[in-house]
Amino acid sequence: MKGLSGSRCCFYMGFLVGTLSLYFLRQVWFEMSMEPDVLGEGQDSSVAALSKKRQASDSNNWRMEGATLINLNHPHHIGEDSSVADELYRKVRILCWVMTGPSNLQTKARHVKATWSRHCNVVVFMSSIDDPDFPTVGLGTGEGRDQLYWKTIRAFHYALEHHGNDADWFLKADDDTFVVVDNLRWVLSNHTPEEPLYFGKRFKPYAKQGYMSGGAGYVLSKEALRRFVEGFKTKVCTHTTSVEDLALGQCLEKMGVLAMDSRDTLQRETFHPFVPEHHLTGKFSKSFWYWSYCYYPIVEGPRCCSDLAVSFHYVDAELMYTLEYWTYHLRAYGYRYRYRPPLSQGLVERQAQTERPTVGTAGRGRTPAGITVGGDGDQSKAESGAKPLSDKGGKETLGKIPIDNNRTAVTQERQG
Amino acid sequence: MLSEGSSFMKGMALGGIFCLLLSLLGSFTPGMQSSPEDQHHHHHIKAPTNDELQSLSEPQMVELSQKVRVYCVIMVQPKVLVYWATAKDTWGKHCDQAVFYSSESAKALEAVDLNEQDEWAKLHKALKHAYDNSGDLRWFFVARPTTFAIIENLKYLVLAKDPNEPFYIGHTVKSGELEYVEYESGIVLSYEALRRLVNVFKDGEKCPERGRSLWKLSEEKQLAICLKYTGVFAENGEDTQGKGLFNSKSVGSLIEDGMSKNSLDVVEGCCSDLAITFSGMSPNQMQVMMFGVYRLRPYGHNFHDSLIFLPPDGSDND
Repeated sequence: MKGLSGSRCCFYMGFLVGTLSLYFLRQVWFEMSMEPDVLGEGQDSSVAALSKKRQASDSNNWRMEGATLINLNHPHHIGEDSSVADELYRKVRILCWVMTGPSNLQTKARHVKATWSRHCNVVVFMSSIDDPDFPTVGLGTGEGRDQLYWKTIRAFHYALEHHGNDADWFLKADDDTFVVVDNLRWVLSNHTPEEPLYFGKRFKPYAKQGYMSGGAGYVLSKEALRRFVEGFKTKVCTHTTSVEDLALGQCLEKMGVLAMDSRDTLQRETFHPFVPEHHLTGKFSKSFWYWSYCYYPIVEGPRCCSDLAVSFHYVDAELMYTLEYWTYHLRAYGYRYRYRPPLSQGLVERQAQTERPTVGTAGRGRTPAGITVGGDGDQSKAESGAKPLSDKGGKETLGKIPIDNNRTAVTQERQG
Repeated sequence: MLSEGSSFMKGMALGGIFCLLLSLLGSFTPGMQSSPEDQHHHHHIKAPTNDELQSLSEPQMVELSQKVRVYCVIMVQPKVLVYWATAKDTWGKHCDQAVFYSSESAKALEAVDLNEQDEWAKLHKALKHAYDNSGDLRWFFVARPTTFAIIENLKYLVLAKDPNEPFYIGHTVKSGELEYVEYESGIVLSYEALRRLVNVFKDGEKCPERGRSLWKLSEEKQLAICLKYTGVFAENGEDTQGKGLFNSKSVGSLIEDGMSKNSLDVVEGCCSDLAITFSGMSPNQMQVMMFGVYRLRPYGHNFHDSLIFLPPDGSDND
């Protein structure tokens, strides 16, 4: 009896142990079988595999010519009508060169490459050393603040020499500058690259016509770039100081290049030397250098910044993607913007084919006689959209053209 | 000894087979709560696609633009005065009617004083008040001022839905058997859902004004339970690609997640183009959101949307 119950007991115990152990085994097996989906992703995200995937997707966006990235396709969005943007892309060709360095490639330049630089016609990352993988151009300088002007000089020389025919305008940006290239095209669309012009966030001290802030990014027309290079050839310009933006501004002034007003038709700034939050919500203390530097009056609050903002500075990696999301992705469905600026002259004729022409021609050369309808709010004073071509000597100063409010509202809706 | 040992082994073997048989029969699945084999009980609400919209004629579109009107129920308290003021100055202006419901009155800002500290009781009272004062508004959006909402995108989501049908939409979360809409990312109720809710409020048993004292449920779950009694179930709001429209995190936070996952396209994987809510931002960041949503855009990229929403009067940040 004893032996029998003993073995029966063992049998039941064994049964229990068997059931339980297989239950747990099955659970573990189940979890492991789920993991390959996670692990698979995890394995793929090993650095080598990821960079391979990146290169594959990059080759769809760019064609590499040495260290230059030639844009293959202007990024498009599902459901959008980008005909105006596409036209500007063809007509206003921009070469973007980004000032960076070997230690910033993975921490900063990489995010520029993944976001706004994809909207340029040509992109070149300028560094002190050649890097065929990223790719970057090696300018043969050192690194550090004292090298900034050397880098700038060489970068612009490189751009003219290698890509003088690939672009009409030449933008310099830092690896912590965010640029909305489509809006830059809008700013530049009413000007010709054959004129010696340059645009950016205008500062006033140290130069008669002012100079453009380096961090907020600045753009030279092809003629301006030619004159810059010429200046160094003829020794009119030399490496005077490492304060790159001021030095460049002084050289350009000597070479007869005009510092332009890049503000929108409501006199709101487009190039910004700080992040959006700072301009929109910050209060600059009156002793802050900024107050004495700005060429145009500082505006705090929402009117600081144009809807068609061109640049922001001190943008970290997270903000780069956030800005790209805000600019190109996030929107309020059906929202009719308050600010609907006029088309540039060259595009007006084209648009006139599709819509009833509402833009009166002021007939003053290249200037657009567009009409800005500011909506119902405080911008309801309808102003003419004309931007002065030059700031100096009042060559073509344009007065405000009074317009009839009624006829423009409806048809201007879908533009801009 | 040997016989005992062998009985043990036999027992184990039999036990193992028994276990396998049971699992094969499918009567228990170890571990997973919602394994893929489970029946798909989740309800999803998607925004209308362009094709669906094309089927509506232009006069119908105009009629719809004006028909979808939202009553915002914003639950505040003096403790979050800065958020209260910010919501009022930012996204609240885009509601057809924005009413602030406060736990207690605050001198600085106007609100319906609920005179109540209990969270569920506050919500209970606020919803009843909203129902009684809705006028001809048929959609209700319930949120705290720490949430940021893009009302136009909400209107687009419910565009083709009949508010006389019960809808309870947001970011849905499953807790055991209960599926509820997360409060933090905003709650959307149609008129019919609210009507049924107000009706069941009268039933102190099913839907007590004060939560059962022993088992205090969060107000978001309590809401779901009450609605469930009336036959209204939570539905997840998503865009035509299945991306969630209601977010309990900020854009920056979601981008950060994408970056740490080493995604190939951080922006694409972040959030929907027509997102409705974000949360967890500072008041200043909400002002910046206004710029990002309603103003900042690339010139020359146009959308031929089928609705028109005008900017609100007396505002300069949108």
